[in-house]
Amino acid sequence: MRYGANDVLRGVDLRVHRGEVLALLGPNGAGKTTTIEILEGFRRRSAGEVSVLGTDPDHGDEAWRARLGVVLQSWRDHGRWRAAELLDHLGLYYAPYGTPARPRPYDTAELLALVGLTGQAGTVIARLSGGQRRRLDVAIGLVGRPDLLFLDEPTVGFDPVARQDFHDLVRRLSGLEDTAILLTTHDLDEAEKLSDRIVLLAGGEIVADGTAAELAARFSGKAEVRYSRDGEFFTESVQDATGYVRELFARHGEAIGDLEVRRVSLSEVYLAMVREFESGQHHAARELTGVGA
Amino acid sequence: MNATTVAVRAGVSRGRIELRQSATSGQDLWGAAFFPAVALVVMYLLRGNTVPGTDFSLGSQAIPGILAMNIVLNGVTALAMMLTLDREDGTLLRAKATPNGMVGYLVGKVISRSGMVVLSVLIPLIPAALLFDGLQIGAVSSWLTLAWVLALGLVAVLPIGAICGAVFGSVQSLGLVTVPIMGLVAISGVFYPVSGFPEWLQGIAQAFPLYWIGLGLRSALLPDALAVAEIGESWRHLETAGVLGAWAVAGLLVAPVVLRRMARRESGSSVAERREKAMQRPM
Repeated sequence: MRYGANDVLRGVDLRVHRGEVLALLGPNGAGKTTTIEILEGFRRRSAGEVSVLGTDPDHGDEAWRARLGVVLQSWRDHGRWRAAELLDHLGLYYAPYGTPARPRPYDTAELLALVGLTGQAGTVIARLSGGQRRRLDVAIGLVGRPDLLFLDEPTVGFDPVARQDFHDLVRRLSGLEDTAILLTTHDLDEAEKLSDRIVLLAGGEIVADGTAAELAARFSGKAEVRYSRDGEFFTESVQDATGYVRELFARHGEAIGDLEVRRVSLSEVYLAMVREFESGQHHAARELTGVGA
Repeated sequence: MNATTVAVRAGVSRGRIELRQSATSGQDLWGAAFFPAVALVVMYLLRGNTVPGTDFSLGSQAIPGILAMNIVLNGVTALAMMLTLDREDGTLLRAKATPNGMVGYLVGKVISRSGMVVLSVLIPLIPAALLFDGLQIGAVSSWLTLAWVLALGLVAVLPIGAICGAVFGSVQSLGLVTVPIMGLVAISGVFYPVSGFPEWLQGIAQAFPLYWIGLGLRSALLPDALAVAEIGESWRHLETAGVLGAWAVAGLLVAPVVLRRMARRESGSSVAERREKAMQRPM
């Protein structure tokens, strides 16, 4: 997948299943927003194949559009409208795409209750707080009872309380009528809490893919070995620390000093990856994690 | 019911909601009423002067021109500004994320803007009728002429506003639209009969819709004898319909292409980028 002059995404293969919450995790600039915009059909890719709900987003028609819900990083639109008025209005467009099994749109009152904005139904949108506004955006994303909902960095700029409220909301949504959710975040903690599966994206490539438990097992199985050899310092990330150290001594004997062996936690791996990525050396980060190849 | 029909209906209700919001917003009303109010006051002070060659008040003669200016300011400048703002705050992207949302958005915008234009013509007529003598607002024929000039004028100017709004990326760069429009106001006979101007200037004025909307409204609201102050001493209805019709056709051909291109470029990151630029600007 190419955008502009640089390949921003290479070999990204995402699969989200019905009713599943998939987190696209990665540092800022990792290509999350680009990926999600291509999937939403808002941005053209230069190469590669993309299929969302069985359709290429570049050629997605309005019936396809009606099956998607989109919540972008921050909307400020329709500031003069009242919350319920806007939901009622946007719901109108979805009515022709409803089926007996999946009636569209969602009932406004029900939707406001779901996102906890019943009391703000008549409030002018520009007067909502940041957290309320984002919850309204989620309600708008859901108004067409989507098969697939995109949430792009939903909690950026939230205070801890708003964040907690939002996490509760997403967890409530995930149980909802087979709606698959693809959410992007740069926060590992958030990804672990909210998603069934995490895809780790860095430098435009998927470096890991699995449930939070799987990733934790895979990464924390690793250990970091630090040592010096003839006064020069080394850091290695290895699967079998004991074997590695045994061999190290067998090969270099007395020359080895300052030995230190540490278990690596998932969050440490992620932090290291982000740091490496931000200093422009994401290839080194790939070696460190060593997965996905 | 077909999905496009549904979207058109949604657009109609959208237009009504937006019109209500604009018509009850102090900021919008101030923006729409400021220039016409100043112009009415100036013309009231000049009401003692007469149109050259007649004994008709120059102040009364200028009223239709001021209404024409309202049509252009509300139809072009204000529409362009709304489109730009709607791109900046993500309203347009929201329309794009909704099935047939663009249809609803455009229908809504055309209705709400047309509504504001009609209000901007009708409301000043109330004080004008009280303050100025000689306006023919009692005759049915006046209202018929006013109706067709207004309708054709709308179809001629709204696409221009849409094109400007789509082409210019920020509210600031819209100054490039406002300045030439003010220039046109100065040369199009809004305040003073254009027949007193050099011929080349008359030529420029007659290439744009503003002059013709003004002429049409004068023919509706002024006594027929006042046609002597016009080019060719005639109201030239045929030419008015011709020029406005030509602008309408050209606009309706170009606007969808430009709007479609604009819509295609909308994405979350382009909205974010514009917002960042907007925030860096000193307000």
